[in-house]
Amino acid sequence: MTDLHRASLTQLSAALAAGECSSVELTRLFLGRIQRLDDRLNSFISVCAEQALDEAHAADRRRAAGEAGPLTGIPLAHKDIFCTDGVRTSCGSRMLDNFVAPYDATVVSRLKAAGAVMLGKTNMDEFAMGSSNETSYYGAVRNPWDPARVPGGSSGGSAAAVAARLVPAATGTDTGGSIRQPAALCGLTGLKPTYGRVSRYGMIAFASSLDQGGPLCQSAADAALLLQAMAGFDERDSTSIDHPVPDYSAMLDAPLSGLKIGLPREYFGAGLDPAVGERVDQAVRVYETLGARVREISLPNTTLAVPTYYVVAPAECSSNLSRYDGVRFGYRCEDPEDLMDLYKRSRGEGFGAEVKRRIMVGTYVLSAGYYDAYYLKAQKLRQLISDDFRRAFETVDLIAGPTSPSVAFPLGARLEDPIQMYLSDIYTIAANLAGLPALSLPCGFVDGLPVGLQLIGDYFTEDRLLNAAHRYQQETDWHERVPPGFDESSQAVGEGD
Amino acid sequence: MNVCRPDSMSLRKLWVKVTRMDWEPVIGLEIHVQLATRSKIFSGASTAYGAPPNTQACAVDLGLPGVLPVLNEAAVRMAVKFGLAVQARIAPRSVFARKNYFYPDLPKGYQISQYELPVVEGGRLEISLEEGGSKLIGITRAHLEEDAGKSLHEDFHGLSGIDLNRAGTPLLEVVSEPDLRSAREAVAYMKKLHTLVRYLEICDGNMQEGSFRCDANVSVRRRGQHELGTRTEIKNLNSFRFVERAINYEIERQIDILEGGGSVVQETRLYDAARDETRPMRSKEEALDYRYFPDPDLLPLVLEEDFIAAVRATLPELPDEKRERFIYEFGLSPYEAEVLTASRELADYFEAAERASDGETKLTAHWVMGDLLGALNKAGLEIADSPVTAEMLGGLIRRIGDNTISGKIAKQVFEAMWQGEGDADAIIERRGLKQVTDSAAIEKVIDEVLAAHPAQVEQYRAGKDKLFGFFVGQVMKATQGKANPAQVNALLKKKLT
Repeated sequence: MTDLHRASLTQLSAALAAGECSSVELTRLFLGRIQRLDDRLNSFISVCAEQALDEAHAADRRRAAGEAGPLTGIPLAHKDIFCTDGVRTSCGSRMLDNFVAPYDATVVSRLKAAGAVMLGKTNMDEFAMGSSNETSYYGAVRNPWDPARVPGGSSGGSAAAVAARLVPAATGTDTGGSIRQPAALCGLTGLKPTYGRVSRYGMIAFASSLDQGGPLCQSAADAALLLQAMAGFDERDSTSIDHPVPDYSAMLDAPLSGLKIGLPREYFGAGLDPAVGERVDQAVRVYETLGARVREISLPNTTLAVPTYYVVAPAECSSNLSRYDGVRFGYRCEDPEDLMDLYKRSRGEGFGAEVKRRIMVGTYVLSAGYYDAYYLKAQKLRQLISDDFRRAFETVDLIAGPTSPSVAFPLGARLEDPIQMYLSDIYTIAANLAGLPALSLPCGFVDGLPVGLQLIGDYFTEDRLLNAAHRYQQETDWHERVPPGFDESSQAVGEGD
Repeated sequence: MNVCRPDSMSLRKLWVKVTRMDWEPVIGLEIHVQLATRSKIFSGASTAYGAPPNTQACAVDLGLPGVLPVLNEAAVRMAVKFGLAVQARIAPRSVFARKNYFYPDLPKGYQISQYELPVVEGGRLEISLEEGGSKLIGITRAHLEEDAGKSLHEDFHGLSGIDLNRAGTPLLEVVSEPDLRSAREAVAYMKKLHTLVRYLEICDGNMQEGSFRCDANVSVRRRGQHELGTRTEIKNLNSFRFVERAINYEIERQIDILEGGGSVVQETRLYDAARDETRPMRSKEEALDYRYFPDPDLLPLVLEEDFIAAVRATLPELPDEKRERFIYEFGLSPYEAEVLTASRELADYFEAAERASDGETKLTAHWVMGDLLGALNKAGLEIADSPVTAEMLGGLIRRIGDNTISGKIAKQVFEAMWQGEGDADAIIERRGLKQVTDSAAIEKVIDEVLAAHPAQVEQYRAGKDKLFGFFVGQVMKATQGKANPAQVNALLKKKLT
């Protein structure tokens, strides 16, 4: 099987089960690709070759003992926001460059228990704050479809690595679009589950009421497999919800006839690249041919989502990031004169510009005299945004629209203009504010760059989202496209280098 | 002129006294009650006191990246128990909030507390006044929060050590209304609360270890004036004596300032016990803006009626109820009842001793309050550690009641029991202390005494009545105190007339 690197998670799982390859072979294959190709992308912060091979051997033994599950022996990568026992967890920040977590995040331990092999930790915007993966202390990640462009963020490393097939699938986190937007910009299927579906324990907090972990994969079928292992109640996370986890793979093939899809008119107005809108329209037509009934709906408070988010998220982050003070772990400045100097310089030197900007905004909106005008107001708007969705789901099953207003933009293009950067997430943020599950899947290309279709569902309808995405992917092959330059068989690439 | 001086001095003193009387102190207390849970309020680490530094701090207590708090149900039950005991409203929904500030022993950079919506609101506690009567003190609120760690500034050569064992220990902060009018009242209230929390078994009450500590808000105003004066807050008072002295110092200081035409600065002050004075810690201008906001890691605390009812069922008899019962059931004086119900252990001891005494209630009260408490006090022992158990003391009192021994001999027996020589009956038997009630035997001794002192008999009969006591003494001496005193009196009278 020379094309194993192109195989989906689902195919690799089958190949392992059939004994067509071993976990050690797969692990070597992908470690080799990372070694040869990641210089072009910078998608990994840490690669754990030795540990991965140990885990692969263990997985093969487990399979030989007849105890393998669907993910046993599958190589994966984790966004470097998930704590991994004994492996550096940097969160893309100088602040945690020296931080080796003493414990595994729940997502990590669940996938470990399922027998998955961790190849390494992927690059990300610093503390998940960014939409282009340019705020990382470890440098920008490049988009495999065009190395002069961004992969999206903040889970840009995971997205670029999966898109380039350096790893079959990866985990990500999504606070305002950080799984879906890079999935869209890199041509992947990425799912942000319902808030509370996946445990946040061990996932370094950016904005606690918005953060949610999820899979970044080649297809909806792969995402179903990965989510199956990630989802579920965790008593160590008080905000995780004790709700049964359905069999996501079993639901994939359900027919879509009669499915009611709503298109929010606010998602197709000014600001949307018309070429992107066109691809989305085409995708909607595919759904119609699959039996879905499409109608226009309204989410009148859509324009409030970005400003609301940029009060709520900074407020929470300003508090969440207070623990990085140079006292117990992480970066500490040289020779502090006194306590205040230790605080000021450790935080001043340890955090990057975007993180500092958000801490300052967050501190401001929580301050005495401003709290009501900003934080409290934002909470009220958040309710209005949730109410929009509640009303919409009284008449439709799913909401469809673009994931991002444009395709991947050039590196540096929006770095000096935070507002423009923040607007990259204009269609994704509302689902976080409302806590709803949402998915991005590839629906075509504009100028050789992938376009993402976003599907938003009601609470705990991940199965429905994956089903709708999977049926579309049975009709199309956008998700099977591999960026040129990363598509050769591993051997050919090896020789080429 | 010189002659006039003393007079003008005393006049001035008198004048000062009168104007002092013109001022009314207004005091409110914030008391931190450390809840006696086995594990911390948001983690599973132990709360035991005195372990080597940082051995009882888990990842959650250290505020490591990615960790999340999970509320300890036992702490909630204790808070509700307290609320019910002070007839407060138990909030059906209360909210944990973050209090943000930087300090090295505050690992997360915020303290999880309750702010706008506390779990307990609007209770009251009745205190006895020294001048007689009682007074109801309002309890504004009681809220749950976590304690910080400790900074150790000694032994580190100019550096500070941090011990996080205490970080995350559950506290109930009980805030009183500004209903207290003197340092004495404040102490009475604090003692009453101290008794109550130990009755409820929600706090060990150990003030040395900081399990029960107090901040005092103090202001003064002209008598008759309605609005409150500017207050200062005195921090961290950990003994009843310090509370009284610090408040008195502060009252005097504020009156001096106001009498001198100045104004009191709103500030936080520290009490220095060594110098018996308070001094400024930080002023209102320097006051921190804590940027409270609801903790997004914790859901609102929702308490169902069933839960509250179940806690209500665990309420013991409260101090006031017990005191009343002691008065009507045992016929004790209010003072005796007050002393004997000062702690649940003492009250239980009294009741058990009373049962064993065979109805000698008054005598039991007398013995417990006198000899027993005296001996415990002298030996520095708690009631629980008394070498004389309630059953042993009751057994001794039974023997006084049934005339086996006299009260005087009983003191000997008590001493022997204290030394561990066994119970009263065994000691009486072994030492041959049984009272002589055989009239013939007593008569025989009386005859011998009278025969040995013919001169005194002569004098007595000549009208020197005072000699009667001499004869009693001689008879008791001859019987080693074992003769029944009433019988001795009666028989002597008969013989001497």
